[in-house]
Amino acid sequence: MDSKVQNPGLDELVSRRYQHGFVTDIESDTVAPGHSEDVIRFISRKKEEPEFLLEWRLKAYRHWLTMREPEWARLHYPPIDYQDISYYSAPKKTPGLKSLDEVDPKLLATYEKLGVPLHERARLAGVAVDAVFDSVSVTTTFRDKLAAAGVIFCSFSEAAREHPELVRQYLGTVVPYRDNYFAALNSAMFTDGSFVYIPKGVRCPMELSTYFRINQAKTGQFERTLIIAEEGSHVSYLEGCTAPQRDENQLHAAVVELVALKDATIKYSTVQNWYPGDENGVGGIYNFVTKRGDCRGANSKISWTQVEAGSAITWKYPSCILRGENSVGEFYSVAVTNNLQQADTGTKMIHIGRNTRSTIVSKGIAAGRSQSSYRGLVKVLPTAEGARNFTQCDSLLMGSHSAAHTFPYMEIRHPGAIVEHEATTSKIGDDQLFYCRQRGLSQEDAVNLIVNGFCKQVFRELPMEFAVEAQNLLNVSLEGAVG
Amino acid sequence: MQATPLLTIKDLRVTVAGREILTGMNLVVNAGEVHAIMGPNGSGKSTLAHVLAGREGYTITAGSAIFRDQDLLAMAPEERARAGLFLGFQYPVEVPGVSNVYLLRAALNARRKARGEAEIDTAQFLRLVREKAKLMQLNESFLNRGVNEGFSGGEKKRNEIFQMAVLEPVLGILDETDSGLDIDALKVVANGVNSQRGPDRAFVLVTHYQRLLDYIQPDFVHVLAGGRIIRTGDKSLALELEAQGYDQTVAAARNQSQIAR
Repeated sequence: MDSKVQNPGLDELVSRRYQHGFVTDIESDTVAPGHSEDVIRFISRKKEEPEFLLEWRLKAYRHWLTMREPEWARLHYPPIDYQDISYYSAPKKTPGLKSLDEVDPKLLATYEKLGVPLHERARLAGVAVDAVFDSVSVTTTFRDKLAAAGVIFCSFSEAAREHPELVRQYLGTVVPYRDNYFAALNSAMFTDGSFVYIPKGVRCPMELSTYFRINQAKTGQFERTLIIAEEGSHVSYLEGCTAPQRDENQLHAAVVELVALKDATIKYSTVQNWYPGDENGVGGIYNFVTKRGDCRGANSKISWTQVEAGSAITWKYPSCILRGENSVGEFYSVAVTNNLQQADTGTKMIHIGRNTRSTIVSKGIAAGRSQSSYRGLVKVLPTAEGARNFTQCDSLLMGSHSAAHTFPYMEIRHPGAIVEHEATTSKIGDDQLFYCRQRGLSQEDAVNLIVNGFCKQVFRELPMEFAVEAQNLLNVSLEGAVG
Repeated sequence: MQATPLLTIKDLRVTVAGREILTGMNLVVNAGEVHAIMGPNGSGKSTLAHVLAGREGYTITAGSAIFRDQDLLAMAPEERARAGLFLGFQYPVEVPGVSNVYLLRAALNARRKARGEAEIDTAQFLRLVREKAKLMQLNESFLNRGVNEGFSGGEKKRNEIFQMAVLEPVLGILDETDSGLDIDALKVVANGVNSQRGPDRAFVLVTHYQRLLDYIQPDFVHVLAGGRIIRTGDKSLALELEAQGYDQTVAAARNQSQIAR
């Protein structure tokens, strides 16, 4: 039968564009491209940072210069010219804002377009938002309510100025600057990010959320996030990311460090929708991110949930160091790639303490000519008596030109450890599609239904108000993926 | 009373991978009728069901199928479904992680939307599915399980009829719904179909055995062989087939109509 009859409007669907690809026309303070100690000094001065931080940056920079970019990931991209990137860009009018009213209206309009709940909507949703635009944090909502609970939620720059002792105590203790190439670069160049501190015994009264956006051309975004959950505290944190559509690739090298002390729980969710490049693989964000949580205290828990839909390249392994006895690490991931996107993502679960447990659920969806890899390490040290891990890795292929790969590494050094690994690879079947369409669903709805069913285990880990957003995002990312 | 044709198939010829499977099929199904299409394996029964529902992989070389005054063969599968055509699958497909009710609700709303109606409200929907589930003797936990996920063969078939009961199509085509059912399940399925019979609706039962017809009384029985209907009769034809087997019946019919193949 005529395929046009079968797939009404498919051409139209395929040609639908990235919805966050607009550029906001705002005057920016942007330093000339290139890295040097002077640039670092400039950034540190702009941020009015304490001396120890500048020194730490410089040490990281000097170390980075001795390092080589890693090549082990299953990713292909032309060499990045690190001298061609501008390491600092800030909208001109922002510094020293006291309230939302002082924020450039164009900026607020941008967030409006992105659907960031900044104003009243945020309060209704019970979400506190820290929005990072290129290199600076624009505003943090609900600080008063949080302050009443003793919670500190602010931009990283502000934390460095106002809570230097906390920053000094924890910065780099989970991801040292020597950790890897991109973490070292970030440690030297990071411009802003979020800082969260939950005091002892406090359950954070609302979901915390950060929205990242790269706006300026030729800038990198190197944000740094540090979350500290004191004994017996609890926090749920969500980050969302978008970028305008540009023909050149832009670098995003973030570092996220989580510290969970005794009996503390941190839930960290990501909905990543950086610009993925066009259907020919031109442009898009290079997303090289180091995320790691340290379950430092007994009975602590760190749970990562990620929905990775954007970026030309994703290189990211949110990990848990299970140091405390009975501590728990979780990783729930949906990674979607379409067109020429590449994702090499997974997690590391390092079992050090006794009776530590970890769960990994990874769902990879590859469409178009994209490549999706799961790479995960489960490491059980001799000290980790009673350690348990369960890993489930499922891949869903769409069309016949995409590929999924699984690289599970296991290093088990305790004879009593129980480690399970399950993996499946399947293809969205013509049978499934036809079945759903025969019931009356359009091709597009049928694909969405099948994909969402496949991801259900992960979506249900997302905070309620973001689960719907994630579903919609997935639907947009896969538009026209089956033909 | 004048009969209203729902489906009119004329000289339908269909090839699969260059081989002609339907070789000039003619059939008229009027509102209120139940037709049984019987035939030996490989006679084209399932091909007919699939082509009518719009499955890809079949090439239509000649003929037409008009469904409620519309050119059925020019419509996408979902358009056919929304126009009131339902296919009960011989091998119902699993859709893991998608609950039965979720799919049904999406299907129901797609139909309503196509008719310019508002989406069904939740309470009304739940009442409807509970009532129909009871009819099919499916318990409520079944509603929230993944579509056909881990269902037994019998459960899958009951689920098909349950879906049909909720969606209320004008024309239900049931492709070997009776295969693999034990006698109790067969009765439940038949009961489900019988309860849906009415003056405005019609059914086409594609089956290999006459057993199903003990419980669902057809108005017409057709014998499909070599890709076309070679004989049409009433219920007694099914019994004759059962007694004599397909070979003899087909041979006799061919001699009569001098079909040389």
